Amino acid sequence: MELTRRKILAIGTGTFAFAGVMGLPAFASLTDDAIAEMTGGAEMGEGAITLTAPEIAENGNTVPISVDAPGAVAITLFADGNPVPAVATFKFGPLSASRSASTRIRLAKTQNVVAVAQMEDGSFQHASANVKVTIGGCGG
Amino acid sequence: MISRRDFLQVGMAASALVGASGFGNWARLAAQQTLTQDQLLEFDTFGNVSLIHVTDIHGQLKPIHFREPSVNIGVGDNKGVVPHITGADFRRAYGIADGSPSHYALSSGDFSSLAQAYGRVGGLDRMATVINAIRADRPDAILLDGGDTWHGSYTCHKTAGQDMVNVMNALKPDAMTFHWEFTLGSERVAEIIEGLPFAALGQNIFDAEWDEPAELFKPYKMFERGGTKIAVIGQAFPYMPIANPGWMFPEYSFGIRDENMAAMVQEVRAAGAECVVVLSHNGFDVDKKMASVVPGIDVILSGHTHDALPEPVAVGETIILPSGSNGKFVTRVDLDIRDGRMMGYRSKLIPIFSDVIAPDAEVAALIDAQRAPYAAEMSQVIGQTDSLLYRRGNFNGTWDDLICDALLSERDAEIALSPGVRWGPSMIPGQDITREDIFGVTSMSYGEAYRTEMTGEFLKIVLEDVADNIFNPDPYYQQGGDMVRTGGLGYRIDVSKPQGSRISNMTLLSSGEAIDPARGYVVAGWASVNEDTEGPQIWDVVESHIAKLGTVTVQENNSVEVVGV
Repeated sequence: MELTRRKILAIGTGTFAFAGVMGLPAFASLTDDAIAEMTGGAEMGEGAITLTAPEIAENGNTVPISVDAPGAVAITLFADGNPVPAVATFKFGPLSASRSASTRIRLAKTQNVVAVAQMEDGSFQHASANVKVTIGGCGG
Repeated sequence: MISRRDFLQVGMAASALVGASGFGNWARLAAQQTLTQDQLLEFDTFGNVSLIHVTDIHGQLKPIHFREPSVNIGVGDNKGVVPHITGADFRRAYGIADGSPSHYALSSGDFSSLAQAYGRVGGLDRMATVINAIRADRPDAILLDGGDTWHGSYTCHKTAGQDMVNVMNALKPDAMTFHWEFTLGSERVAEIIEGLPFAALGQNIFDAEWDEPAELFKPYKMFERGGTKIAVIGQAFPYMPIANPGWMFPEYSFGIRDENMAAMVQEVRAAGAECVVVLSHNGFDVDKKMASVVPGIDVILSGHTHDALPEPVAVGETIILPSGSNGKFVTRVDLDIRDGRMMGYRSKLIPIFSDVIAPDAEVAALIDAQRAPYAAEMSQVIGQTDSLLYRRGNFNGTWDDLICDALLSERDAEIALSPGVRWGPSMIPGQDITREDIFGVTSMSYGEAYRTEMTGEFLKIVLEDVADNIFNPDPYYQQGGDMVRTGGLGYRIDVSKPQGSRISNMTLLSSGEAIDPARGYVVAGWASVNEDTEGPQIWDVVESHIAKLGTVTVQENNSVEVVGV
C-alpha cells in the first residue's frame, strides 16, 4: 500500500501528528544536478558560510532556516528530499550591509538542507544540515 | 589544574560504610544504625562557590521507591560508557559493593529485597534538610532546579502544579529551567512564572512566530557569590513541541540552538563571569555533545534522562553532573573560582534515604497542607501487587506491561501502545496500589486513552520513528525517552541499524501471526500529542483494570528481542 501523508493524517484520531519519515532522500541527485549547474562543476569550499537549521523540525511545514555568508553575492537553498529541491535564492548587491537571510521552508521528510553561496571572487561555498522530520510523542 | 582527587570525594561514603547485604527487617535496622544523616551529608567544603542541583522531581513530594534501569543502551560514541552501563557492570565501574546503599540507590538488581532493607527515597522535606545543611556550610550556595518539577502526581495534576510551586518556593531556589511544565499550557505557565520569586531560564526558549528569544524567559542569570561572578545559563528541553503536544504551547519554539548557547557564553564572559554553569534539560548524551561543541562552559548540571552518576563526567574542560530523578538525589558541587577560571571542584551525589535523613518540619507541614484536601480520594486502595512494578528501561517495564494489559482489556484492542516516558515511582511486591500510585505513573494533562485503527505498515513506521529518537547515533537527534511500550505486539529490534531497518519480526501475540502491513489493527494507547484526542483518562482505565484483578501479577515480558547491542 502506498502510504501517503494524507492517509496517515486520516488515521490519526488521537495518534501521531504526522509522518514523512520513510526512506532515504530520493531527490538527492536532483540537488546535485542543480548545484552542478549553478557552479559549473567548480570545487566548493566550506567554512565561509554558516547554515543554521534545527536538528529536528518542530513542524515540517514551516522549518526556520538561516544562512550567513559574508562576501556572498548570492546564496541558494536546496532541500534535497523535496520533489523540487531548489527553495530560494537570495541575491546581495555591493551595498548589502550583511550577506545573511532567514526564511521558513517546508520539508516533506527527513532530509538535508544545503546552502550554496557564490562569492564576490566567483568561488563557491557550501554548507549542509540534516533536518529530521519525526512523528515524536514519547518524551521523558 | 583539576586533579581527579579533588572531585573524587563522591557520594559513595555510603558504599564504604555498609558492606553487608541483606533483606527484611534485620537489614533495615542495620541500615538505619550504620548509615547516618551526618555521613550522607559529610563534605569537606572546598573553594569559594557551592552549587546545589535538583532535577526531574516529577511532582514527588513524598518519599517513594524508584528502581534504576537494567537496560539503558548507548549507541555511537556512547556505546558501553556511563550512563549506558547498568546493574553489576555499573557497580564494578564505580567500586560499589553488592547490597550496599549505593547499590540500592544507583543501580538495578535485587531491587525488591533492597527496597525492604533501605526503605523509600526522596521527599521534598528530606531534600530541604540536605539543602539547609549545605547552606549552613555555605550560606550563599546557589540552588538550581533542572525542571520536570510541576508534573507527575495526583495533587500536582489536580492543582495544575501549584502544590509543587508552593513547596519548591519554600526551598528558595535561585533559578529553574523547564520541560513538562509546558504541558500545563502556556497560559498557566505564564501565570506561575510571573509570580516566581526566582529566575526562569532557557536560552533556547524562543517566540515561535518571530524566532527570537521569548520575553518571559531569560537566557541566563548572573550571581555574585564567594567574591566572584557566576553565570547560570538555562537550557530547556529542546524537543518540547515534538515529544509533547505543541498545541498546548504554540507560542514557543525550542531546539538545541548551540550557536545561541555559544553566543550566551561569550556574552556572560564579556560581562565578567569567571564561571559558566549550564542548568540543562538536554539529557546526558546531548549535554556531552554540547560540551564538546560549545567552548567555555565549566559545569553542566544535567537533567531529563534521569541518569544518576556518583562522579562527574569530564568532556574537555567541562564537567557534567546528572542528578537522577523523582527526588532521589541532591547534588552538591563546590568550585574553586580564581583568576578568571575554575581551578578545581569537588562534588557529591547525595542519595536521599528517607529513613536516614530527618524531614524538615516546616516543609513537611507545608507538604501535608498541599495533600490534605485530596487525602481521602488519593489514598483509596484499588488493589495489591504481587510483582515489582517499575517503568525505567529502554524497552518495557512491569508498570507499562500492566498499563498495556489494561488498555487491551478495557478498550477491547488487539494492540496497545504506551509512551516510553522515564518518570513514575516503582512499587514492591506486597504493596497496596492506591489511586495516588496509579497517578504516579500516568498523570498528565493529555492522558486520554484513544482507540483507533492502524495498519501494520503504520505501526512499523511508529516503532521505527520512536526507535530513532533513542538510538540515532548522533545525540542531537535523540529526544531522551525510552522505546514506546507495546502490548499484544512483539518485535525484534537491531539498535545498530539506521532508521527504517531496525524493526523486524513484528508479531501479533494473540495469534502468533506476523503483522500484515496492509491489514488494519485495533490499537489503544494514551498520551497522544494530537489535539482533540478522545477517550477516557488513562488512570481511570488502569484503575478499572486493577480493581477487577484485585491482586496484580505481571509475568516476565519476552516479546521484544533486542540485538545489535
